[in-house]
Amino acid sequence: MWLNQFLLLGAILFCAGVYGVLARRNGVMVLMSIELILNSVNINLLAFSAYHGNVAGQVFALFIIAVAAAEVGVGLAIVLLIYRNRSTIDLETASLMKG
Amino acid sequence: MTAVVTAADTLVAQNIFFYVIAAVMVFGAIRLVTTKNIVHAALYLVLVLIGVAANFVLTMGEFAAATQVLVYVGAIIVLFLFGIMLTQARIGREVDVDQDKRWVAGLTAALLGAVMVFALVDAFETTDIREGPRVGVEVGSELAVQTTEAVADSIFSDYLIPFEALSLLLLAALIGAIVVARRE
Repeated sequence: MWLNQFLLLGAILFCAGVYGVLARRNGVMVLMSIELILNSVNINLLAFSAYHGNVAGQVFALFIIAVAAAEVGVGLAIVLLIYRNRSTIDLETASLMKG
Repeated sequence: MTAVVTAADTLVAQNIFFYVIAAVMVFGAIRLVTTKNIVHAALYLVLVLIGVAANFVLTMGEFAAATQVLVYVGAIIVLFLFGIMLTQARIGREVDVDQDKRWVAGLTAALLGAVMVFALVDAFETTDIREGPRVGVEVGSELAVQTTEAVADSIFSDYLIPFEALSLLLLAALIGAIVVARRE
């Protein structure tokens, strides 16, 4: 197995996630795309962890999983609050702080 | 002689599995960011997350793979489905889940992808994952499983302070989410 197999897969998933974050206007779908980005990074960490024969990469991946869980909890709470105040989670309408 | 053939066979099997899983993951990721149906998007995310766990197994991270399935597929997807349920009554196709200027996002992602693919191919070419600078292991030998024991030793010695900070972060996120989402 090449190291690049994993890295290129991670790069493709990362780009799909970036497209999702930029192209979606539904708050929940943007959060899902962010999860996609975080996961693509984890693939890279584990691949380098195996390449270097060092568990540090796996430890970092576990940390990222925990941070992602916290991020989804707070993110969904915010989306829920936006929905409660505006009856929509269309991010185009959330432009109060737009200059 | 038999052992050598077996190791090569294993590697071929690993490669076949990798490409099958990678194809499924890329399909799931692209459908995730293009589908009009939000519930379907969550289910495509499950597909990608399981694929990521499979990749963790291929790169010998057994504990990370188990955690991925437990935390992501078990908990975060349920959270997403609850979020979808609470923020919209309609289950089905949505008309306007995408921005009007999608092509800008597509162009950005394509440019980013081109740069990353070029950099990766240029930097690592066809380096085998077993040819890395592993300490105390012969170059090119099979990957060893990174045991849960080794991961635990690492977390609770080298990374103890970050681990404690992470516990505090989770607590803060928990309280923050409750405070933000609570009705007055």
